[in-house]
Amino acid sequence: MQASAGPPVASLDDGALVARLRAGDEEAFELVVRTYSGRLLAVTRRILGSDEDARDAVQDAFLSAFRSLERFEGGSLLSTWLHRIAVNAALMKLRTRRRKPEDPIEPLLPVYQENGHHQETFSSWNEPVDVAMSRAENRARVRACIEQLPESYRTILLLRDIEELDTDEAARALGISPNAVKIRLHRARQALRGLLAPHFRSAQP
Amino acid sequence: MTCREFADFMMDYLSGELPEESRAPFERHLSRCANCHEYLAQYKHTIEAGRLAFTNPEEEVPADVPEDLVKAVLAARK
Repeated sequence: MQASAGPPVASLDDGALVARLRAGDEEAFELVVRTYSGRLLAVTRRILGSDEDARDAVQDAFLSAFRSLERFEGGSLLSTWLHRIAVNAALMKLRTRRRKPEDPIEPLLPVYQENGHHQETFSSWNEPVDVAMSRAENRARVRACIEQLPESYRTILLLRDIEELDTDEAARALGISPNAVKIRLHRARQALRGLLAPHFRSAQP
Repeated sequence: MTCREFADFMMDYLSGELPEESRAPFERHLSRCANCHEYLAQYKHTIEAGRLAFTNPEEEVPADVPEDLVKAVLAARK
């Protein structure tokens, strides 16, 4: 352990902070863990659902980040780098834990008549989506609806539409075929639409 | 093309992966079926809403630093 000479760690930019971490500065480690544990916990909890697993994944993520400090590239953001490592740690955890039986997604999907027409008549949503989503209450509502999706569908939606992995990356991360990723993503989006619609559509006359 | 087939093709249509031979019937159905027109619009809104739901990461972060987790990480590093 080295004495933390120089300016206080809290005032350092990412490059300088990583330099302190590489030098083994305890104060810098504590600052990084204290600053980022909350938001990394939010990321891993989103993917894993369980609080306990999310905490384990955050711990794994920090340890893995600290082991690979030499791979942090100057010019990138520490927050982005840690975020990516936390997503990977959560996926690793997801692959190794025993899968719990999950609710079927079919009840959340559209229903068709025998002739292949929709059973439901869709009424338009009451305001543009970017306007609706500029309000925190709607962002929280959408996150809560995503949480309601069965796990194997929720994970795909998060990886593809939120974390913006492409189909092949998501397939590799989850150990399933690219085609399975596409099928699940399409179902997950349709199920989410069904969950969001009651909140966003215009009031019926 | 039925509404069910239309729905099956929506994702590939939006990502530009729908083969030519399916695209024309898809677009014909889209121009004639108001209900599927609305369904496709909502499918797109859903993707956008999902993306926008996570644009403010601070909203999901617990107000207090999870002290026990901080301690566990720092201890595990040593």
